[in-house]
Amino acid sequence: MNILQFLHDNQQQIVELTLEHLGMVALAMLFAVLVGIPLGILISRRPAWDKPVLGTANVIQTVPSLALFGMLLPVPWIGARAERLAVLALTMYALLPLIRNTYAGIKGVDPMIIEAGRGMGMTDRQVLWQLQLPLASGVILAGVRVATVISVGLATIAAAVGAGGLGEFIFRGLASVNNQLILAGAIPAALLALLADVSLGWIEKRLTRQTHAAEVAVG
Amino acid sequence: MPNSSQDGVAIEFRDVRFRVGNGLEVLRGVTLQVERGETMILLGRSGSGKTTLLKLVNALHVPSEGEILVDGKATAKWDPIALRRGIGYVIQEAGLFPHFTVARNIGLVPRMLGWPDEKIAARVNELLEVVGLEKGMAERYPNELSGGQRQRVGVARALAADPPILLMDEPFGALDAITRDELQREFQDLQKRLQKTIVFVTHDLREAMLLGSQIALLENGQLVTQLAPAEFRESNDPRVQRYLRAFQDNFTPTDGDAR
Repeated sequence: MNILQFLHDNQQQIVELTLEHLGMVALAMLFAVLVGIPLGILISRRPAWDKPVLGTANVIQTVPSLALFGMLLPVPWIGARAERLAVLALTMYALLPLIRNTYAGIKGVDPMIIEAGRGMGMTDRQVLWQLQLPLASGVILAGVRVATVISVGLATIAAAVGAGGLGEFIFRGLASVNNQLILAGAIPAALLALLADVSLGWIEKRLTRQTHAAEVAVG
Repeated sequence: MPNSSQDGVAIEFRDVRFRVGNGLEVLRGVTLQVERGETMILLGRSGSGKTTLLKLVNALHVPSEGEILVDGKATAKWDPIALRRGIGYVIQEAGLFPHFTVARNIGLVPRMLGWPDEKIAARVNELLEVVGLEKGMAERYPNELSGGQRQRVGVARALAADPPILLMDEPFGALDAITRDELQREFQDLQKRLQKTIVFVTHDLREAMLLGSQIALLENGQLVTQLAPAEFRESNDPRVQRYLRAFQDNFTPTDGDAR
């Protein structure tokens, strides 16, 4: 039986697990964006906080993913349901690229532009919403893109704690030394990652065309 | 908004000192008055404190000692947002917002002041004409303009809400000599018509002579002297003399130091 035949025969389960996989990633990215971007904004305005926050996010990133899933198991409420645990772990991994890129994007806006805005009487809030965030949007979105691609890959490990997703195939395949089973998980996961990368890259490009061209023109 | 009547003192610096974080004193006791309708040039080399002095007027800096009065009221007592919206501000390279169209850049302060859309649009059109840009430019982005055009937009943006005071920080410094010449002449005409109170920072003596009604020479954070251009040329003060000589000896004196 070749792999295509296998994929065809198990179509329904593949679709189910892919959707489950996507669901976990989407939820984790939603939480990561809701926490990471505001945190990135915050530390760009409170210089004393940038090192501790970025440092913490960095440390989380260095924890091996399988270990992080395991470490969260005994945590009450979180450990009770595998899906919760998986989403939390994915969220934690996605935080660093989001915080770092939001911070770097805001810090990277030409200070002359910020000063011009302030000099013309923009409030701090107007400077943030009308200047810093739009001008940093390309860098922030690049962070979302990196985090999403990482999450799609990491989410395969969620199956190790029973949270489902395409990792199911991979772990079952590893256990039974069945390459087709492994590929049935790995190929859709790779395609998902690729799709996320391309589509977010496209949005990023559209968003930044104007400002990027301006930076080039000014030098 | 600072008021626009035509007599009296618009801006006054009273023994202003300014220290930066590491204790370095950038301004060491400057006292200076700017009359209404006057173009006061702050002239000096890099590090003389001229830009710092300018930014004290719209409260981008806060003095360490002394005070700055705008319309007789200390900047510390002004609401900084209201103060700044009532003062036009032009900087080198114009500081235009790259993600805003020309029209949105120019209409920035009127929009913040809550003008209705039609009034803003009409004002933008009017200003494009004032600064010599075609109406078709309104929907362009700054990166689609030449340096000279960007600077014109910068001037238009500063004039948008018709503020009585304009602060200009080396507005023509980054332009090529021919464009700079053109903009300086147009600026002269504009000033004759509009009669704004202008504080203008430059290191270029020729620009100072051409555009200023008063020239304040700064050195090491102190005011050396304040003279009308004609008096400046005749001054016997050795520090003025040195400045005059530097610009006599050199046919293109500003190019090496522009930015």
